[in-house]
Amino acid sequence: MKTYTNTGNKDTRSGFGAGLTQLGDTNKNVVALCADLTGSLKMNEFADRYPERFFQVGIAEANMMGIAAGLTIGGKIPFTGTFANFSTGRVYDQIRQSIAYSDKNVKICASHSGLTLGEDGATHQILEDIGLMKMLPGMTVINTCDYNQTKAATLAIADHHGPVYLRFGRPKVANFTPEDGEFHIGKAVHLQEGSDVTIVATGHLVWEALEAAKELNEKGISADVINIHTIKPLDEEAIIKSVKKTGCIVTAEEHNYLGGLGESVARTLAQHHPAPQEFVATQDTFGESGTPAQLLEKYGLNAANIAKQAEKVIARK
Amino acid sequence: MADIQQLKDLTTQVRRDIVRQVHAVNSGHPGGSLGCAEFLVVLYNEIMQHDPSFDMDGKGEDLFFLSNGHISPVFYSVLARAGYFPVEELNTFRKLDSRLQGHPTTHEGLPGVRIASGSLGQGMSVAIGAAEAKKLNNDKRTIFTLHGDGELQEGQNWEAIMYASANKVDNLIATIDVNGQQIDGSTESVLALGDLENKFVAFGWEVVIVANGNDIASVISGIEEAISLSRKQKPVCILLHTSMGHGVDFMMGSHKWHGVAPNDEQLAEALKQNPETLGDY
Repeated sequence: MKTYTNTGNKDTRSGFGAGLTQLGDTNKNVVALCADLTGSLKMNEFADRYPERFFQVGIAEANMMGIAAGLTIGGKIPFTGTFANFSTGRVYDQIRQSIAYSDKNVKICASHSGLTLGEDGATHQILEDIGLMKMLPGMTVINTCDYNQTKAATLAIADHHGPVYLRFGRPKVANFTPEDGEFHIGKAVHLQEGSDVTIVATGHLVWEALEAAKELNEKGISADVINIHTIKPLDEEAIIKSVKKTGCIVTAEEHNYLGGLGESVARTLAQHHPAPQEFVATQDTFGESGTPAQLLEKYGLNAANIAKQAEKVIARK
Repeated sequence: MADIQQLKDLTTQVRRDIVRQVHAVNSGHPGGSLGCAEFLVVLYNEIMQHDPSFDMDGKGEDLFFLSNGHISPVFYSVLARAGYFPVEELNTFRKLDSRLQGHPTTHEGLPGVRIASGSLGQGMSVAIGAAEAKKLNNDKRTIFTLHGDGELQEGQNWEAIMYASANKVDNLIATIDVNGQQIDGSTESVLALGDLENKFVAFGWEVVIVANGNDIASVISGIEEAISLSRKQKPVCILLHTSMGHGVDFMMGSHKWHGVAPNDEQLAEALKQNPETLGDY
């Protein structure tokens, strides 16, 4: 069984900040906008180095999305930054009309997604954003798993023409993907070969999926593990190929089970290769205050629950 | 440069186009369209430097953004008659497979349209972004916009209005069509806008008032005054007083013609009041 090394916990949002700063050097068309959360989004370095290309819009997310759409008219590549909640639900109509329907090359970069904003509670968390964004025609939806991958994704989306939702988080999590690894939008990363169950995970739960695979391995269960960093377009081929081999699947995400990765996978399987599936996700609920670790445990978004659901789904084969 | 009579003739033809488009599909928004005919005719035929061969980025061109997208009939007519697409295409307005959607969109690739609009309140923000892009590109041309007065009830406008002055977006000239009407009644009765001039001044804008926005000469001098005030560290606003339904006597000044199509007899009467000048499509 392949093993992955955590080279040190780092936050995914810092991967975004590092990628954005690098883009400042390498792509003169990249501009950045922020709604009073420059530090939280790790956009400070870009703002300091390229003040003429940094737009502080204040606490006015709707205006930020509109200005971003307008900046593309003139050839700019705008990256907007705020919390995931305020990047999506708060400004859904602005994204729908002025960005997605208008086919504008805006990169909506969203930190503090899911539950792990922790103590701030449900007003600042969001468990619906993947669903909101993936339903928009033409929108690419990416949820990265660690610092290195977030940095790579940030660089990659600048070269992709069209609206993109890039989702990442606040807490420090295991950094285990290769430094300066390649990032291909829409292409799943096959992390580990296995034969008994497929585990597909996205975002912070990819590391948990690897940990779950280790637990399962100790019990003699062999898991095929796939990192789905791009939820839309979904790498259906990778999922179907794996499930044809294993016969069952667990999906894992820091998101509501309605509208998230699991639902996209379920649709794919229903159309192409029906198989039992279990969902590691929140069960149609809002979040609450607590430490990130407490919340992940309470809502079952961890290795232990992924392993438990794997055994459950294997029994359903 | 066109002379006043040429612009008047074009405006009359645009009015014919508006009522014919709306009548043909028994849907659309004639009132605000008729009221803004002079403004858009002047802008596209007298003021803006623009290229009908159309490039989305519009570098080196003046750009116009229609925020109150429901007045698409006047926008489409003016664009077509400025050479952006065949005038005959006005026949497809609001029909299946048309590039002339009920509200303008980039989605169907209609030349001249740079943003989808219709969900009200978003145009000012987009225009600011385009204005900021022009500054980054060292492009000295100007961004023009049009908004309904009722549209100012959408809060996003005030975020944008605040941003524009705070950031000295002085290559932006935003025009508010002050016709005092919206779907449910007068703006005064639905949600009073208060003193718009003082509001814009308080938000740090230059304000130009055009008392008769349905008079070609007044519109030209108003926009020229606005241009003379631009590039002086402040955004510029034109309060363009118009009459909803202008040019068709039974539609004038009434909110009831905001979004209602004329019947056959009403169409005939409207066309009689606006005789053909440049040829119907």
